[in-house]
Amino acid sequence: MSYSSELYQQVILDHNRKPRNFREMPNATHFCHGFNPLCGDDITVYLDVDNDHVIQDVSFTGSGCAISKASSSLMTVHLKGKKIEESKVIFDEFHKMVLGEFDPEKSENHLGKLTLFMGVREFPSRIKCASLSWHAMIGALEKKAEGITTE
Amino acid sequence: MPDSGAVLAKKPAIDVDKIRKDFPVLSRTIDGKPLIYLDNAATTQKPWSVINRLFKFESEEYGTVRRGAYKLSERSTRLYEESRRKVADFLGAASKEEIVFTSGTTQSINLVAYSFGRRFVNAGDEVVISNIEHHANTVPWQVLCEEKGAVLKVIPVNDDGELIMTEYDKLLSKKTRLVAVNHVSNALGTVNPVREIVRKARAVGAKVLIDGAQSTPHMKIDVRELDCDFYTFSGHKMYGPSGVGGLYGKMEVLETMPPYVTGGDMIVQVTLEKTTYAKPPSRFEAGTPPISQVIGLGTAIDYLNGVGMDKIGEYEHSLLEYGTRLLRDIPGLRIIGTARDKASIISFYLDAAHPHDVVTILDQDGIALRGGHHCAQPTMKRFGVPATARASMSFYNKYEELDALAASIRRTIKIFS
Repeated sequence: MSYSSELYQQVILDHNRKPRNFREMPNATHFCHGFNPLCGDDITVYLDVDNDHVIQDVSFTGSGCAISKASSSLMTVHLKGKKIEESKVIFDEFHKMVLGEFDPEKSENHLGKLTLFMGVREFPSRIKCASLSWHAMIGALEKKAEGITTE
Repeated sequence: MPDSGAVLAKKPAIDVDKIRKDFPVLSRTIDGKPLIYLDNAATTQKPWSVINRLFKFESEEYGTVRRGAYKLSERSTRLYEESRRKVADFLGAASKEEIVFTSGTTQSINLVAYSFGRRFVNAGDEVVISNIEHHANTVPWQVLCEEKGAVLKVIPVNDDGELIMTEYDKLLSKKTRLVAVNHVSNALGTVNPVREIVRKARAVGAKVLIDGAQSTPHMKIDVRELDCDFYTFSGHKMYGPSGVGGLYGKMEVLETMPPYVTGGDMIVQVTLEKTTYAKPPSRFEAGTPPISQVIGLGTAIDYLNGVGMDKIGEYEHSLLEYGTRLLRDIPGLRIIGTARDKASIISFYLDAAHPHDVVTILDQDGIALRGGHHCAQPTMKRFGVPATARASMSFYNKYEELDALAASIRRTIKIFS
């Protein structure tokens, strides 16, 4: 199997065609706009976090390539119900995985289905596509009103 | 537009199989598949003659220029100046002193913006660009206008990606100091009516810069016939080395301009109180230049002249017609940039897949092309797309490679639908 077909796994293609939690969230407690100036990917992530720091709801809107859309979609599915602290750990593991600095096949992790994005590490130009919504999620938790960019 | 059969039936202007033997990289494979290189608007591959020239120069002849009184340096200087002569002849300049070597088009435009712009553009003056410029011919003017309190005006384009010349007429006035437009749009392939642009700018007393980064590889240029004040180019887009390019400037205009970068080589005399500047082009070439790159550029021009710019233009036009025909027939594919006069660039957008996904799948088939905004975000915005995929053809490309491109695009659509 070539790297490309590893990159575009069926689940990723499916989440690209039918992104989950693809909606605005008027009552969001946190949100952040993420922009990749190199390719124009433009994603906003919304979070509804309760007083116990649990993510009750998470959604996204925007436009981008298949990798950034599927990554956003799978992120929302994965983070719903997680605590903020857990989300930060997952971000860290995911980010390091796509950079090729963390191998989920060899280490215990909290990534679940997100390991589908492991193929991204073979495509340096696509790392930012996969991590854009994750950076936006962290930006939202840190209340970055100005938004984040990958550059 | 003739059908693809008619294009094929005509005897090609170029023996492409023979040409391809001159470019070693074209015979390599990518993951077991023959390389199909269609990113020529970004950078072009080098023929053996350039590669060998660089090797010979670096291994046998290298020395500094314009200073040493020993054999190596004298020979280097002569070769360096011979390249300047070749560039001047290639562009139709009146003298070789009108050619300033720079690192490429970006630096050439910045040179004009900083040197000419800061001296001659004042508060309330106007600079005119177009909606289909590369960022390199947009940002320097924005910065200049902001700094000087001048106004940046933009020539709009129609849905085919052609400049709307009646709107251009309205933008011109006695306040216009400079018009800066590209000869060929890197994002769309549009060939702009530069002669008319220059003539109209002249009528209001404005100077004109033509960004020739995308035109110099494809067509015969004659700066004197164009009557422009500045013309810029990049070596690596015309089969030469990267890191070198240049600026043509009319001598009478260059002479009025202050230095842009200062230091060694651009002076007549330096005392601790005052410096007298050298004449152009030395005035604008401070520091040790990219010597081997300049010499390699001269060899690239020899190569282009050997093939013939007219033949190159004719053959690339047939590739454009053939490729346009093939891609137009693909459902869900929209060609961005459908000007009547185009260079061999086809920008396209698929309903089914983002340009970045397109190029990743095409790469799997050994096809190299660019997906992105092509450093032309205002152009992308004008056409309502975040980015495009862009196939840019050279005279070393074959019809069969465009067949492969079309097949690969169809495969991409299937994957993402």
